[in-house]
Amino acid sequence: MEKKPIISARDVEIEFSLRGRTLKAIRKCSLDLYEGETLAIVGESGSGKSVFTKTFVGMLDANGRITGGSIEFEGQDMAKFKEKDWLKIRGKKISMVMQDPMTSLNPLKKIGKQIQESIEHHQGLKGEAAKKAAIEMLAKVGIPDPERRYNQYPHEFSGGMRQRVVIAIAAACKPQVLICDEPTTALDVTIQAQILQLIRDLQKELGMSVIYITHDLGVVANVADRVAVMYAGQIVEYGTVEEIFYDAWHPYTWALLQALPQLGVKGEALPTIDGTPPNLFNEIHGDAFAPRNKKALAIDFVQEPPFFKVSETHSAKTWYLDPRAPKVERPHSIQNLREKMEAAHG
Amino acid sequence: MAEREKLIEVKDLQISFGTGHKKFVAVDHVNFDIYKGETFSLVGESGSGKTTIGRAICRINPTSAGEILFKGQKINGRISKELDKEVIRKCQMIFQDPMASLNERAKVEYIVAEGLLNHHLYKDQADLHDQVMKALHEVGLLPEFASRFPHEFSGGQRQRIGIARALIMQPEFIVADEPISALDVSIRAQVLNLLNNLKENRGLTYLFIAHDLSVVRFISDRIAVISKGRIVELAEAEELFRCPLHPYTKALLSAVPIPDPALEKKKKLLVYDPSMHDYSTDKPVWVEVGNGHYVYGNQKEQEGYRAEYAKHASER
Repeated sequence: MEKKPIISARDVEIEFSLRGRTLKAIRKCSLDLYEGETLAIVGESGSGKSVFTKTFVGMLDANGRITGGSIEFEGQDMAKFKEKDWLKIRGKKISMVMQDPMTSLNPLKKIGKQIQESIEHHQGLKGEAAKKAAIEMLAKVGIPDPERRYNQYPHEFSGGMRQRVVIAIAAACKPQVLICDEPTTALDVTIQAQILQLIRDLQKELGMSVIYITHDLGVVANVADRVAVMYAGQIVEYGTVEEIFYDAWHPYTWALLQALPQLGVKGEALPTIDGTPPNLFNEIHGDAFAPRNKKALAIDFVQEPPFFKVSETHSAKTWYLDPRAPKVERPHSIQNLREKMEAAHG
Repeated sequence: MAEREKLIEVKDLQISFGTGHKKFVAVDHVNFDIYKGETFSLVGESGSGKTTIGRAICRINPTSAGEILFKGQKINGRISKELDKEVIRKCQMIFQDPMASLNERAKVEYIVAEGLLNHHLYKDQADLHDQVMKALHEVGLLPEFASRFPHEFSGGQRQRIGIARALIMQPEFIVADEPISALDVSIRAQVLNLLNNLKENRGLTYLFIAHDLSVVRFISDRIAVISKGRIVELAEAEELFRCPLHPYTKALLSAVPIPDPALEKKKKLLVYDPSMHDYSTDKPVWVEVGNGHYVYGNQKEQEGYRAEYAKHASER
């Protein structure tokens, strides 16, 4: 069955002006999000994963701007949107859940009112009807005793409960796309598992597409259908979750998998990614990851690799896949990943 | 196994906050020993009291009952001034958030040297400078960083500054309170390796406080699981993962995401319900079920735990 893309970004470029200099945060990123799927974007901090997805809700910081490419959603190019166009999309058709539930709620406003706000604005409901919808939403995200909770303030909620409220606000208008920016990093593991389950249930019920931004590969394995790996403002590899975990090709994806503590051997050092990501103020030549890659090819430093297709759903931006490239072996520790994980957790 | 030297002994520890009506017991009936040279981990969710225990050992939080022994000497409650000074020096702490735990207005040199200044542990300015440089070198920072401010560093580098500040006091025991949870994946591995190297080179002992079990398994020798101020299970790291007995430990282990899509998607999540324990008549106790594996439960539960433990043991 051919799936339809709901958001399709093409060659997006984003620049920030900082103290008179220009920083190229996103360098020609293309991405498709399909209906009903869960896409995870992984990468270290500063790789641009948050900046890139913020453009899907028009929430770039004031000093940033889209300088090229297009983001198509329902036949419109969102890259050219003005603020008044965003008001019809943001929170209604595409919404976002932020990382820290401590700071994303208004501490001076009752929880119920904050949910109601979004319902009144987008669905045209008023007064009692809106209140009823807000209470329903609270119940839906698993908050016990919603009538009483409606009248409470954020400080009366625990971290996990607050994140449920944030999700309730984001999902109140039954959006088509929900973007979750590290929704569980501030939470405990047991709460994290509950929140991931909640998002999955809501996704099924409302038929949403979900984009997860995360650096935890365990969370990725739990939720994702497809994965996109970002490095230095570019997507370097994408594929189904199985393809990324068991058949990765980009050396950066390898490095991320190698650094998993679950693969560590006691008494030995964990493999690390040496060096630091490139400075995005500078022009980048060739493969951005080459300086940190011990097995980089000569061409990596000269010319930027294009995407090579591994399968219909899987592509990687590395010269390793060029037919002329010498054969490169995947690092030993991430071969047979599945057997190793089974041995450790079986 | 040869008798190992106990560095820290915690006996029937209780820590409470407030008095009278407002009294809240955060930690109760906590017992464990930390041997010299090992990494002992405390795992539990937020609010379980794991940080409170760590802080009590460093004499930051006062205790309300029980004893903490450091090398056989009592170090909680009222102690002599000299001993107080020694404990503060020998037990250092590394904090969770390197963004919040460093003085923003001080240069790195001062931050690292502060402990020495307070305790007058240097001969002259040159000696002080020397010691700071050595500590910076040991954690993999460059000498020129000494004259910079914390905001100029990345998260991983700041955590290294935090580690240097602890090391310069020549401690024997370090309480590492979630030292890597605020860091990026790729940096985590670097900081963990650094901590492991220091442990070997300096013969340090760690109390590692964390909620991320995947990391804990990799670095610790023994793990204690804490829930609502009580330690519910204690065992060697591999043993705990292979054969968890207490339902809370099981729930906690099942919640850790496994970085493998096939396993993760078929995994069953266990939920812990504290009301499952009926402790009204049959009082729970802290018992060893075998080979250094302790678990908390009443008579009836203990029988179940023992049976389960025996089953696991026979399968190996």
